[in-house]
Amino acid sequence: MNRRFAGQRRDVVSLLGTGLTLGATLICLGILAVILGYLLWLGAPQVSWRFLTAGAESDMFDVNKAGIFPMLIGTVARVFLMTLFVIPIGVTTAVYLTEYAANNSLLTRFIRGAVNNLAGVPSIVFGLFGVGFFINFIGGQLDEWSASPAPHWGKPALLWASLTLAVMTLPVVIVATEESLKAIPPGLREASLALGATKLQTLCQIVVPHALPGILTGGILAISRAAGEVAPILFTGAAYYLRDTPKSLSDQFMDLAYHVFVLSTQSPNIEATRPLLFGTVVVLLLLTFSLNWVAIIVRARMRRANRVGN
Amino acid sequence: MGIHRSHRVRPLEWLAEQLIRLLSLTAILVVFLIFLFVGRESLPIVLGQMNSAAPQTVIPVEQFDSLPSERIRAYLGLSAKEFQSLNQETLKALLEIRVEAALEGSTNRDAGLNTTEWRYLLKPYQWSDYERPVYIWQPVSEVPKYNLVPLLVGSLKTTLAALFFSVPIALGAALYVSQLASPSAKELIKPAIELLSAIPSVVLGSFAMLVLATALQALTGSQFRLNALLAGIALGMASIPVIFSLAEDALTSVPVAYTQAALALGASRWRAAWQIVLPAAIPGVFAAVVLGFGRCIGETMVVLLASGNASILSGSFLDPCRTLTATIAAELGEPVVGSHHYRMLFLLGTLLFTVTFLTNVVGDLVMHRLKSGLEGRK
Repeated sequence: MNRRFAGQRRDVVSLLGTGLTLGATLICLGILAVILGYLLWLGAPQVSWRFLTAGAESDMFDVNKAGIFPMLIGTVARVFLMTLFVIPIGVTTAVYLTEYAANNSLLTRFIRGAVNNLAGVPSIVFGLFGVGFFINFIGGQLDEWSASPAPHWGKPALLWASLTLAVMTLPVVIVATEESLKAIPPGLREASLALGATKLQTLCQIVVPHALPGILTGGILAISRAAGEVAPILFTGAAYYLRDTPKSLSDQFMDLAYHVFVLSTQSPNIEATRPLLFGTVVVLLLLTFSLNWVAIIVRARMRRANRVGN
Repeated sequence: MGIHRSHRVRPLEWLAEQLIRLLSLTAILVVFLIFLFVGRESLPIVLGQMNSAAPQTVIPVEQFDSLPSERIRAYLGLSAKEFQSLNQETLKALLEIRVEAALEGSTNRDAGLNTTEWRYLLKPYQWSDYERPVYIWQPVSEVPKYNLVPLLVGSLKTTLAALFFSVPIALGAALYVSQLASPSAKELIKPAIELLSAIPSVVLGSFAMLVLATALQALTGSQFRLNALLAGIALGMASIPVIFSLAEDALTSVPVAYTQAALALGASRWRAAWQIVLPAAIPGVFAAVVLGFGRCIGETMVVLLASGNASILSGSFLDPCRTLTATIAAELGEPVVGSHHYRMLFLLGTLLFTVTFLTNVVGDLVMHRLKSGLEGRK
C-alpha cells in the first residue's frame, strides 16, 4: 500500500517538474515572440524605400521626411572595417590554438583565459579602453608626430570605433573558427601530411578551406553582435547629428543603433517621433536577426556535412 | 597533431609558425592593455594624487608679470605644451576666472575639501546644505560629490532583480531542452532561445522604457515609471540566453550513461534529470549563473534607458536607481580629459573590469573542473 502510494506520488512530481520546465521554456520563447511581434507590428509600416534612402538633411526628427540612410552607411562602414581587423587576427589565433599549440601548455591556457575574459568584459569598458588607448594614446601620439595644429586623430573617429569593436568581437571569431577547425576529421590532415605536404601547405590548402564555413559564421556573428552595440562607440566615433556621411577614417559617423538611443531619449517629442524610432528598430532587428539566421543555417549545414564526412 | 621535427628545418615553415604564434598573443595583449589604459587613467585617484579642492592661495592678475612663468603654469594646472600655446591675454583671463571663482567659492565651507579622497568616496558626509550625512553622487556641482555607494547599490539592485527573474526561467528551460525535450524539438527550441541574444541591448532598453514600463507601472502601482525593477526585468531578458546556453552546455556534457542507468533502474525521465544529471552538472550550472551575473552588472544600454538614472541611495526596487555602467555612459562626454570627474569615471570602469574579470575567472575554473571531472569518470 505504502509503496504504491509513493510510486503514484513520484509520477505527480515528475509531471509537475516536466510541466514547470516546459513552462520556463515557453516563457523564453514567449518573450522572444512578444518583443519581435510587437516591434514588427508597430515598426514595419514605417519602413519604406524612402525611409531607407532619405537622409536627415532637414530635420532628423521630422516623421514624414527624415530617413536613416546616413545611419545605415555609418553602421555598415564601421562593421565592415571591423571585420578587416578582427577576422585575420581571430582566425590566426584559432589556427594556433588548434593546429600548433600543445594542448595544456601554460601559453595555451593563458590565451584561452584571455579570450574567455575578453568575452565577459562589459561593453562600456571597451568604450573606455577606446578612449584611453586609441584616441588619447595612439591618436594623441599620431597628432604629435604629424604636428597638426587641431587634433586630427586624437578625437572620436570611424577608425577608432571599428578598432574598439574589433577588440570586443575577437572572442566571437576565435571561438567559432576553433569549433569549425576541431570538426575537421584528423584523417584529412594526416592524409595530406602522408602525401608529403608540409604543415603549412596542409594548413593553407586543406584545413582552412574546409573550415571556411565556420570562419564565415564567426564573421557573421561578430558583425551581428557589433551592429547592435552602442556603448563601445558612444565616445569613440558615433555622432548625434552630422550633415554628411563619413568620407575618411578620421571622420565621425551617424549610426543605426545609436540613433535608436537618440530617438528614445533625446527626441524633442517622444510620442510624435515614435514611428521613426520603431522603424529604425525594425531595420536594426532585421539586420541582426537575418545575420544570426544565416549563421545558424551555415553552422547546421557544416555539422551535417562533417557527420557525413566522418 | 604535433609538429614533425623535420619541418623545423624549413625556414618558411618556421617563420609562419612564429608569425602565427605572435599574432595569437593579441588576445593576451589586449586584456593587458585594457587593464593598463583604463587603470592608468584612474590611478591618480586610487593613489590620492588628485585634488578637487579650490586653490587656497589666489594669485592676483597684477602679479602676472612679476612671478616666474613656471609658478603660473603650475598654479593653472597646465602642461608645458598647453602653456606655450596660450598667449598672455588668455593666461591673464584664466587667472581672472580663478580670482572670481575664489570669491564665489568662499561662501561654501566645503569648497576647500578634496572630495576625491577615499573617505568621501565610500563614507557618508554631511555637506553644508544637508541636514544629515548622506551618500551622494553629484559630480557636476560647485562641490563635486563622488560617493560610489549609490552606484554600487544601484548596480547590485538591478542585477539581483535580473537574476531573480532570469535564473529560474533560464535553468528550467536548459533542463527541459537538454534532458526532456525530443531531439527534433531540441533542434528547434535551442537556436530560438539563443536568438534572444540577437536583440541588441539598446532595442531591449527602449522596448522596456516605452512599452514594458507602462504595463509594469499599472501592475505595481509604483510612483515612478522607470525604476530598478523594470531595469532588472529587461536585464533579465538580456541575460536569459547567456545563462541558458551555458547551463544547457553543462547539462549536455554529463555522459548519457548516467541517464541511461537511471532510466534502467526505473526512474522517470524527470527523476533522472533532476536527481542524477542536475547534481552532476551543478558546478557548471553555478558557473552559468556567475557568468550571467557578470553579464548583468556590465550591461549598459538597458539600464541607461530603463533604470531612471537617479543617483539616490534607496533600498526599494520600485525607486529609480543609477548603475556604474549607466553613469559612465551618461557622463563621459562632459568632463575635460584628465579632470577628476573624468578620472572618476575611469575608476568606475576599472571597478567594473575587476569585478567581471573575477567572475570570469571563477566561472571558467568551475566549468573547467566540471568538464575534466566528467571526462575522467566517463
